Amino acid sequence: MRTIKFLLQKEFLQIFRNKSMLPIIFVMPIIQLVVLSFAATYELKEVDMHVVDFDQSDLSRQLVTKLQASGYFHLKSRSRDIDQGIREIQKNEVQLALVIPPHFKKDLRSGKSSSVQMNIDAVDGATAGLIQGYGRSIIQDFNAEIQPRATDVQRSGIAAPGMEVIPASWYNPNLDYIKYMVPGILVVLVSMIGMFLSGMNIVREREIGTIEQLNVTPIKRYQFITGKLLPFWIIALFELGVGLLIAYYGFNIPFVGSALLLFGIAAIFMLVVQGIGLFISTITDTQQQAMFIAWFLMVVFILMGGLFTPIESMPVWAQELAMFNPVAHFIKIMRMVLLKGAGWAEVQHLTGLLSLMAVIILPAAILRYQKSTG
Amino acid sequence: MDSTRPAIKTRNLTRKFGDFSAVDNISFEISKGEIFGFLGANGAGKTTAIRMLIGLLTPTSGEASVAGFDVFTEAEAIKNRIGYMSQKFSLYADLTVWENIRLYGGIYGLPMETVKAKADDLLKTLQLSDARDKRIGSLPLGWKQKLAFSVAVLHEPDIVFLDEPTGGVDPITRRQFWEQIYEVTEGGTTVFVTTHYMDEAEYCDRVSIMVDGVIEALDTPSGLKEEFKADNIEEVFIELARGADRSQN
Repeated sequence: MRTIKFLLQKEFLQIFRNKSMLPIIFVMPIIQLVVLSFAATYELKEVDMHVVDFDQSDLSRQLVTKLQASGYFHLKSRSRDIDQGIREIQKNEVQLALVIPPHFKKDLRSGKSSSVQMNIDAVDGATAGLIQGYGRSIIQDFNAEIQPRATDVQRSGIAAPGMEVIPASWYNPNLDYIKYMVPGILVVLVSMIGMFLSGMNIVREREIGTIEQLNVTPIKRYQFITGKLLPFWIIALFELGVGLLIAYYGFNIPFVGSALLLFGIAAIFMLVVQGIGLFISTITDTQQQAMFIAWFLMVVFILMGGLFTPIESMPVWAQELAMFNPVAHFIKIMRMVLLKGAGWAEVQHLTGLLSLMAVIILPAAILRYQKSTG
Repeated sequence: MDSTRPAIKTRNLTRKFGDFSAVDNISFEISKGEIFGFLGANGAGKTTAIRMLIGLLTPTSGEASVAGFDVFTEAEAIKNRIGYMSQKFSLYADLTVWENIRLYGGIYGLPMETVKAKADDLLKTLQLSDARDKRIGSLPLGWKQKLAFSVAVLHEPDIVFLDEPTGGVDPITRRQFWEQIYEVTEGGTTVFVTTHYMDEAEYCDRVSIMVDGVIEALDTPSGLKEEFKADNIEEVFIELARGADRSQN
């Protein structure tokens, strides 16, 4: 215990003295949390639109106004040439070219159906889907608004009975993407601290040569490893706390579940990612190698972790691989606990998986770490 | 440690890297309190031999015991009884002199009062008291080397291994360094030292000269000079090392 105390003292002194790492450890995560959370959103903002209006009626103008008034679409240019609209898309000037056909007003007023065409830049499939969804819903709204007037003219009496679906969004009623993103980004941040810093720290000592002086002392393996893991374990949990405060006060993320439960699971999760970092440090000689491997894993973990795209919509093989992805599990747990108020019963299965990973990777890494070389 | 038992004993100690024998069947005995000079050209296998003796590298074959413990089976027990100063400066540059001393004192399990008293003593002897709270990285090389040696002997080990401790250090500092070495041997510590300075070889009780992983000569400095009919150790060394097959690294 006493040896560990001296090692911890040394590590903390070094961490707080490292003028280039300290801001990275403490400031960057906070900036990242704030910036990423606002930027990594799936909400549609100000899509530039080109309008080809062949009708030039008050009704067609009303439709365009309605689209603009929604705040999602911005009228950038207009013409009376469909090709012009497509060219604008090609030049990346607009993402949507809306075509309103001739006789649009006349057809609607006379009770006939009319159609408008949305030409969407679908290079980015996700955004294209959103443009389509938002645009369609606004146009349908518009349709419903003018319907009574059309029937007035028609005097046909009853509007066609339709089936209406009324969606209710639970846990995130306004479908606010920040609420969805922030818990996930928090996970990524603590994972990076865990995976990069502790492992990198050991490789750095190997590079400088200071590790040799430690290896000729009677220091025990577990003491050395504890001295390396514990500081970043503490720092990561501290940052998780700061991040949660920012999430709560800055982003109004509902904190429905138990903070104690969350920190308990985070403590286990940290052991998993630190174990991975430690393992990487035992198979590499330079920080560059370690960084590269850690980064590769991190990218896979994030992209397949359900942060940006739901795991449920991945192919089956990818979903099965996600079983081995600790980041995916913790992101899920974070969202469940923070947004839904999930308790132990709901997260015990995932927590069990994380614990299993911890008891496999950590001893494996400690066993691989050798004071002497064979 | 039993004073009649050798401090270090090796028999046919060998380390191979693939087909290459870095250290090839070396055998020697070093008695307690001796200053043993371990000479050899670059690449002769000195560092490999030291690394095996201090438990950083497992030997391929042969036998060796250090401070009475077997290097194969009791490497961790050896580590309690030895000090080591590597070729490459390996204290923490971003910690102060005192913080480095405190860390290693703590790791070796010395009581804090002892560490404090020793640190004060040491810094006074080395005339480095003003540097106590300076980061070690900011000190001149000579001071660093003296401090590294001090840290290596802080826990009063039975044997201290010094791998080219005076490389790149000025003559005055080298002289002070050797005074430090003599001082610790008075306390009964055995010193195992490698060097490229032949004048330093003359300070040793006995000297071995290693060529291509093999110990070609081992005797007192005067015995070696007599045997090779040379005026100084340098001539002996050049005579032996010239025959080396391994290119300089």
